[in-house]
Amino acid sequence: MFIWSFIVTLVVILTYAIFVVYAERKAAAFVQDRLGPVEVGPKGILQTVADLIKLLQKEDIVPTASDKILFRLAPWLIFTAIFWGFTALPWVPGLVGSNLPSGIFMIFAVVSLDVIGLFMVGWGANNKYALFGAVRSIAQIISYEIPLGLCLLAVVTFTGTLNLQEIAQQQSIDTTFHSSLFGIPGIDVSAWGGVFTWNIIRFPVLLPVAALFFIATLAECNRAPFDIPEAESELVAGFHTEYSGFRFGMLFLSEYAMMLLVAILLVFLFLGAWSSPLPNIAGVKLYDWTSGTTGQLSSYVWSIVWLGGKTIAVIFWQIMLRWTFPRLRVDQLMHLCWKLFLPLSMLLVLVSAIWKWFLIS
Amino acid sequence: MSTVQYQYDPQHLKKSGEDFFDPTMLKKHEMVLNIGPQHPSTHGVLRLEVMTDGEIIREVVPHLGYLHRCFEKHAEALPYNQIIPFVDRLDYMAAMNSEHAYVMGLERMLGIENDIPKRIEYIRVLVAELNRLASHFVAIGTYGLDIGSFTPFLWMMRDREYINRLLEWVSGARMLYNYIWVGGLFYDLPVGFEEQCQSFITYLKPKMKEMQHLITENKIFIERTAGIGVLPLDLAVNYGVSGPVLRGSGLRFDLRKVDAYSVYPELEFDIPVGKGEMGKLGDCWDRTQVRVLECDESIKIIEQCLKQLTTDHKRTRDFNPQKVVPKKIRPKAMDFYVRAENPKGELGFFFRSSGNTDVPLRCKVRSCCFVNLSVLPAISKNVMLSDLVAILGSLDIVMGEIDR
Repeated sequence: MFIWSFIVTLVVILTYAIFVVYAERKAAAFVQDRLGPVEVGPKGILQTVADLIKLLQKEDIVPTASDKILFRLAPWLIFTAIFWGFTALPWVPGLVGSNLPSGIFMIFAVVSLDVIGLFMVGWGANNKYALFGAVRSIAQIISYEIPLGLCLLAVVTFTGTLNLQEIAQQQSIDTTFHSSLFGIPGIDVSAWGGVFTWNIIRFPVLLPVAALFFIATLAECNRAPFDIPEAESELVAGFHTEYSGFRFGMLFLSEYAMMLLVAILLVFLFLGAWSSPLPNIAGVKLYDWTSGTTGQLSSYVWSIVWLGGKTIAVIFWQIMLRWTFPRLRVDQLMHLCWKLFLPLSMLLVLVSAIWKWFLIS
Repeated sequence: MSTVQYQYDPQHLKKSGEDFFDPTMLKKHEMVLNIGPQHPSTHGVLRLEVMTDGEIIREVVPHLGYLHRCFEKHAEALPYNQIIPFVDRLDYMAAMNSEHAYVMGLERMLGIENDIPKRIEYIRVLVAELNRLASHFVAIGTYGLDIGSFTPFLWMMRDREYINRLLEWVSGARMLYNYIWVGGLFYDLPVGFEEQCQSFITYLKPKMKEMQHLITENKIFIERTAGIGVLPLDLAVNYGVSGPVLRGSGLRFDLRKVDAYSVYPELEFDIPVGKGEMGKLGDCWDRTQVRVLECDESIKIIEQCLKQLTTDHKRTRDFNPQKVVPKKIRPKAMDFYVRAENPKGELGFFFRSSGNTDVPLRCKVRSCCFVNLSVLPAISKNVMLSDLVAILGSLDIVMGEIDR
């Protein structure tokens, strides 16, 4: 199981990276009223592959003045940290790299390691722009981990578990977990399934939490409008200014892998994980028709369809935001985090606890 | 009066040395950061030597000269009419406006400015205003890029493309036109131009609204620009800045109104000024807003010109746009200064003619971008690194005109 999960994860990340880069360029082209890649392959679909080959052929430059060990090691550390985060993700019911009881906690613990990698990049490259980028990146990622952690706490208050497998299972129909409509005792919707058992619907207090989580994760993976660590108009390319070839590819891949990771986590925590969004209402068994038989191949296929679909929708949001908004300034970013998100997420944790205490248990 | 005496500081070369800051003299926490000449947001080959304390900028020193092409020296070796293509290359974003200013100066020197047919003047104003639109589009678009949003840039470039095509139709070139000649024009407008231009204006109006939603009304954009790089009016006047930078500080000063040259007194348009709506008066947002509003005013002027060109000053069969073009451009011996409102500010030409040749003895350019840039060190003290980029972008410089 472990080795299978490893292979699945790696293949998923690599194919995803190839297609999401293409998708991002096409989405950007759509927003910006132009065509985007059209030359390589039908509709330019092989453009990313061509870019990848070009990237691998490039000269691998290690600047003379750089700290060579740090410079060479950093991309691996960053990629490992993010790849490590994928281990606790259950791709389909049952297939999970390591079914940790504290899965979600572990993910955020190891993904934080990439901060060290970023600092190694910025310091080791011996470039002032890279240093600026790295310092900004560290400040940003460490700050945003706090509201992120509090958002998780709000979710965990309701779910009562840190295990992603269980969190996902609770949001499907075959569970002992009890759900009532909009979290208010009265109508029992446990048998309805679909959107009614999604965390954001059955505990509406998690709706603002999900929004906060989404924004904080944007900052976490350096996406616009929080892409200040690699603000190209100020810092040229930020922390990876000095990188080229394969090492640059690694950093690039880690960034997109991080996007995938946070999108999947958002789906797992708030959007019903792999379960179908269509509910069973009376005799119309929409949920059952779109979920397959438990334990059979059909259920795996449907799980992948729903998980993939929801993740793609979240990633599409990330992409559209990037091409719409300008970039915040570094102090505004910190202001947003410490003065707005932190008190807000604390309040939401409190509200979650009160809700849970009075209305559910 | 055969030679021109220049006076300059003997220490001049030393002063404009490579580096202003000595790295060994820096205090603790301070760092010298070199931005440019190759950098995405210096709008060309400007080099900024920045002394930073972390993200805070203590001092900025601009270094110029990376795009120096000896315009003024070239001009001393060429007949007046052959200088026009070089004038195009000063502010390559608004070549028509520069040509208009240059040609206007020569016509006044020759004393033929009243002989120019009205149709020619209207065409000049029309193409100049089209080019002003194009220049402002680039300014607003690249400013979006500086602030970090990529989409407005491509939207503005898309709309500028229409203008480029129109002007290509008129003159045969997309950016550097050599269209406005001393005493006339290269050609009359091509047949059907008025209709095409009108349909472009109709297309453009809703796009301007869209652009404002995306840029100047955007919350993040306002946060990034409001109250940043505040240029008080007294400082602006003391530095001699002009154009949208000056008007952003609240002074209603536009040479199209003040000097009332060409047919501008016959046209109706407003001079938008900064009001400090979002932050303080004279901040980056005001300057951008002035540019946005000026685009609307230019659209008004273009519409009026088109109306004139299709009614009172209609195209006729025997209209010769080169009828008043002098065979030899030989002004009397004099010093002459002419100025006009370019998209970026007051562009001035100083001519000294000897009277017995058609080559100027001296042709000095009063560059608006150069003067506007000079205010950068004064208003970007103790700002963040990102603000420096925002301030520089809001000044809207073109290195071709600064270095000449």
